[in-house]
Amino acid sequence: MSMVDEPLYPIAVLIDELKNDDIQLRLNSIRRLSTIARALGEERTRRELIPFLSENNDDDDEVLLAMAEELGVFIPYVGGVEHANVLLPPLETLCTVEETCVRDKAVESLCRIGSQMRESDLVESFIPLVKRLAAGEWFTARVSACGLFHIAYPSAPEMLKTELRSIYNQLCQDDMPMVRRSAASSLGKFAATVEYAYLKADIMTIFEDLTQDDQDSVRLLAVEGCATLGKLLEPQDCVAHILPVIVNFSQDKSWRVRYMVANQLYELCEAVGPEPTRTELVPAYVRLLRDNEAEVRIAAAGKVTKFCRILDPDLAIQHILPCAKELSSDSSQHVRSALASVIMGMAPVLGKDATIEQLLPIFLSLLKDEFPDVRLNIISKLDQVNQVIGINLLSQSLLPAIVELAEDRHWRVRLAIIEYIPLLASQLGVGFFDDKLGALCMQWLQDKVHSIRDAAANNLKRLAEEFGPEWALQHIIPQVLDMINNSHYLYRMTILHAVSLLAPVMGSEITSSKLLPVVITASKDRVPNIKFNVAKVLESIFPIVDQSVVEKNIRPCLVELSEDPDVDVRYFSNQALHAIDHMMMSG
Amino acid sequence: MNGGDEVVAAPAGPPQPLEWKFSQVFGERTAGEEVQEVDIISAIEFDKSGNHLATGDRGGRVVLFERTDAKDHGGSRRDLESVDYTISRHPEFRYKTEFQSHEPEFDYLKSLEIEEKINKIRWCQTANGALFLLSTNDKTIKYWKVQEKKVKKISEMNVDPSKAIANGCISSIASSSNSSSPRPSYLANGGSPDKSYSYLTNDFPFPPGGIPSLRLPVVVTSHETSLIARCRRVYAHAHDYHINSISSNSDGETFISADDLRINLWNLEISNQSFNIVDVKPANMEDLTEVITSAEFHPTHCNMLAYSSSKGSIRLVDLRQSALCDTHAKLFEEQEAPGSRSFFTEIIASISDIKFGKDGRYVLSRDYMTLKLWDINMDSGPVATFQVHEYLRPKLCDLYENDSIFDKFECCLSGDGSRVATGSYSNLFRVFGCTPGSAEATTLEASKNPMRRQVQTPARPARSLGSSLTRVVRRGADSPGVDANGNSFDFTTKLLHLAWHPTENSIACAAANSLYMYYA
Repeated sequence: MSMVDEPLYPIAVLIDELKNDDIQLRLNSIRRLSTIARALGEERTRRELIPFLSENNDDDDEVLLAMAEELGVFIPYVGGVEHANVLLPPLETLCTVEETCVRDKAVESLCRIGSQMRESDLVESFIPLVKRLAAGEWFTARVSACGLFHIAYPSAPEMLKTELRSIYNQLCQDDMPMVRRSAASSLGKFAATVEYAYLKADIMTIFEDLTQDDQDSVRLLAVEGCATLGKLLEPQDCVAHILPVIVNFSQDKSWRVRYMVANQLYELCEAVGPEPTRTELVPAYVRLLRDNEAEVRIAAAGKVTKFCRILDPDLAIQHILPCAKELSSDSSQHVRSALASVIMGMAPVLGKDATIEQLLPIFLSLLKDEFPDVRLNIISKLDQVNQVIGINLLSQSLLPAIVELAEDRHWRVRLAIIEYIPLLASQLGVGFFDDKLGALCMQWLQDKVHSIRDAAANNLKRLAEEFGPEWALQHIIPQVLDMINNSHYLYRMTILHAVSLLAPVMGSEITSSKLLPVVITASKDRVPNIKFNVAKVLESIFPIVDQSVVEKNIRPCLVELSEDPDVDVRYFSNQALHAIDHMMMSG
Repeated sequence: MNGGDEVVAAPAGPPQPLEWKFSQVFGERTAGEEVQEVDIISAIEFDKSGNHLATGDRGGRVVLFERTDAKDHGGSRRDLESVDYTISRHPEFRYKTEFQSHEPEFDYLKSLEIEEKINKIRWCQTANGALFLLSTNDKTIKYWKVQEKKVKKISEMNVDPSKAIANGCISSIASSSNSSSPRPSYLANGGSPDKSYSYLTNDFPFPPGGIPSLRLPVVVTSHETSLIARCRRVYAHAHDYHINSISSNSDGETFISADDLRINLWNLEISNQSFNIVDVKPANMEDLTEVITSAEFHPTHCNMLAYSSSKGSIRLVDLRQSALCDTHAKLFEEQEAPGSRSFFTEIIASISDIKFGKDGRYVLSRDYMTLKLWDINMDSGPVATFQVHEYLRPKLCDLYENDSIFDKFECCLSGDGSRVATGSYSNLFRVFGCTPGSAEATTLEASKNPMRRQVQTPARPARSLGSSLTRVVRRGADSPGVDANGNSFDFTTKLLHLAWHPTENSIACAAANSLYMYYA
C-alpha cells in the first residue's frame, strides 16, 4: 500500500521508520511508540504492533533499551489491564539479551506491568514466563528471572509457591556466577513476599549458602541481603540467624566484603535490638573503623553519624568517639575526608557537653588538615554544630582555615569555599563577617581564574540577599563600584557582571542612584567587550528601574552605543533597545 | 580429560610421549613468497570450549576459526556455557570470519604512533549464541561481539520509498535491500522527522478504532545468515605504557590489563573507569629495576592473580587483602646458582609469559632459556624446569647483538595439565611432559611435516621423585648443540605464539603469517 492520505503522512513515516537503517530514526520511532499505538488502535496494537516488536528484537541496544522502557507503560495502549499479558512476550525476549542495561530495563518494565495485572493473568502468563526464564538456556535469561520472583510469588497458588521457592534456590546455586549474583541481590525483595515460616526455613538456607559462596563477588552481594532480611525477621530470629553471619562477614578475608559490611552495619542495629547491638555490633563496627584497609575505614567513617544516631549516646561516647579521634589523624586523606563530611552531624547526637569536650578537638584538628577536602567538608556542615554549641568556640580556628582555603593555589578549592561563604555568613552573623570575610569576598573579584570571579560575583548577590540591601549598600556596593576603575578590562567586566546580579536584590532606587551611573560611565570604555557588556547589563536591569530613568539615562546611552564602530556593540545595544521597545509596547 | 590433579596423583607410570601429526594450515606460504609485515600473527587463543580459535595480527585484524568436527555434535547450550565434553575425532577448524579490530593511531599529546598490532586476545563468556572477546593493542582494549544474524528484508511500507504511486498498489516494493546496507535514498523521503511530527503530540486525537489504512512494515527473514562483529566497548586511556596482557576473570564481570608498570582492573560493562590494583612505578624513574611482563587471573578463584616480572619472579596477588595490591601474597623466584652470573643472567631471567593450569594449582612461566612449572603452594622453587634451547647458551652474545635475546616467547599447558609447550627459533616448538617421571621432550617444526626435525632425545628418566625434596626435574638439557639436520638456526623465523586446545591434544601455533595446527 503506497498511497497514504496527506494528513497521515507523518505517522506513516513514523511507522515505516521503525525499520529504518538509521538508528536515530528507529530510536525516534520507538520513543513515539505510544503515538503509533494510538494511530493503530488498541486492537491492532495487540494483534499487530506487539507481535511485530517481539519479532524485531535483534536491533541495536539503544533501540532495545528504549523499547523495554516504552513497553513498561504500554498497558493503556493495548486496551487496559485485562490485555496486559500481550506485553509479556516482547519483554520476555528483551530479558534474554546480553546487554545488562536492556535486561534490567525489561525486568523493571515487567515488574511494573506484573504489579498491575489481574491475579488470574499473573498465574496464567506471568508465572510461566518467570519459570521459562529461570530455566533459560543462556545465563542472561536466568539472570533476569531472579528479579521477577517478588512479583510472581504473592499471587501464586500454594503448589506453585513451593515450586517458585525451589526454582529460586536452584538459581542461587547456578553454575554461572552472574546468575548467583543476580539471585543474591534480588533475595531481599523476594524474601519480603515469602511467608514467615518459609522465610525462616527456605530463604534462610538460601541465604546461608550464598554467604558461603566461593566467589567474592557473590558473597559481597549477600551482605546487602543481611540488612533487608534482618528487617524482615523478628528480632530473636535475626539475632539467631543474621547476627552471626554479619559478625563473621565483618572479619571476612576480603576487604570488599568488609567494606560492604561497614556500609550496611548501622541498618542492622535496629533489627537486632539494643542488647545485641551493644555486645556484638558495636565491637564489630569498632573493628571496621580500625580496619587495615583504607577503603573499609572510609566506608566505616562515612557511617559514623548514622551509627551513633541509633546508639545510646553513652555507648557512642565510650566506644565510637575514641575511634573517630583516631580516624581524624588517619594516614589516608580519604578516610579523614569521609570522617569530616559526617562528623559534624554527631554534635546534635552527643549533646552540648560531649561535643565541647570530645568533638571540638576533632573538628579543630580536621580544620587544620593539610588536605583541603577535609577542611571543606567540615566547613560545609557548620550549621549542624552551630545549633548545638554556637559558632564562637570554633570561630578562632575557623578563620585561618577559611583564609587558607580562600588562597589555595587550586582554583577548584577556592571555588568550593566561595560556594560555602553564604552559608558561613548566615552562621557567623554580620559582625564576624564584616570583620574578617568581607575583604576576602572582594579579593575573589580579582582572581586570575574566570570561574572564581564569576562565583565571587554570584556570592555577592547571595550575601546581599542574606544580609539585606541596607547592609550591602554599606559593605559591598562601594568596594565593588570602586573596582570599575581597574586597569584590566576583564576585571571591569566582572564588576559589570556583579552589578547585573546585584541590581535585582538592591531594588529600583539604589540601582538607579548608585549602580546605573557606573554602568553608564562604563559605556565610554575604550574596550568594545566592556561596551557590549554594558549593553547586556542595561538590557537586564532596565525592568528594575523607573520608566523615566530608562528614558532619561538608559535609552540615550544605548542609542549612542548602537552607533558604535564595533559590530558586536551595535548588535547588543540594538538588542537591548528592542527589548525596551517591546516592554513599552506591551505595557 | 579434565584438568584434575593428574600431576600429583599420577597413575602407574608416566604417559607415553605423544605422536604429533599435522592437522591443518591456514595462510601457508608458497615457496619464495614474501611475508607481509601486517599479516604476521601476533596472538592466538582458543576459547574455553575449544570450539573456536582466534588469531590477531600485526595489521590489527582478528581472525576467527570454528571447529567443524564438533558442529553436528551439538550439545545443549547449557553445556556450552559450562564447557567440557569430549569428542572422539581430532579437532578440525575452518575459517569463520575476520574483522579489523584496531587501526593505527597517533597520540598527538605525546607524539607517539600507536601500532594497530594485536598484543593479546582473550575470550569472554558466550551468551545467546554470540561470541565475545577482548582484543588489545599497546594502548586500547576492545570488547567484541560476533554474532550470526539472519538477513532481513523489508517488503512493505506505508510510504513507497520509490514514490511509485503510478503503479498502484504493489505488494513487494523495491526497498528490499539488506537491512544492514545503507539506504540513503529512502531517508530523503522520511527525512527530518522532528519537524513533520511537531503536530503529532500526545494530545493529537486519533479515532478510537485507530486508522485502518496504516500498516506496519513487513519484514521477511531469509535463511541466509551473515556474521557480524560489533565493537561493544572500548577501554582506552588507562595505560601510560604498553599493554602486555589482558585476562578475564572467572567471575564473568571483570578483567585486568597490565602494562610495564601497572595492572588495572576493569568491569566489562564500564569502559570509562578502571581501578589500579598494582603499581610498581618507582617515585623516581631512575630507580626502575623491574617491569611487569605478563599477568593472568587464576582460572577459578576470582580474587587471585599472578604477574611476572623482568627479573624472573612471579608474584601471586590476593585482591581480597587490600585495594592496592602492591604487596604480593606470594613470591616465586629461583635463586640463581652462585658463580654462574654473567652479563646475560638478568636478561635471560626475564619472564616473557605466564599461564595458569586449568585447575589453577600450577603456573607455567617462560623465560628466555627455560620453561618452569611452579606449584602455587610451593614458593621455594619451580617443581620442574625444562630447557628449551640450551644449545643457544654459547651464542647469547650474538643473540644480544641482534636483539633476539629480547624475543618474548609464549607458553601453554595442555588441558589436563600433563604437558607444556613453548616456541623457539627456526619455527620450532617443544612439548614436554610434566607428570612426574615423564621424560617426554619433543621438538617439532611448524611445517606440514612436524617430526622432520625431531631430535632424538634419549629417554632418560628424570631424577626420581623421592630423592629430591623439591622435586626439581631437569630435562631436555642434553639436546645437541647443532640441530639434527645440521642446519644453522634461523633467528628470524621464531615461533612466539602458540596455544593448546583446552580439552584435547591439539596445538595451534603461528609461524610468521601461517597458522599451523597439530594433534596427537
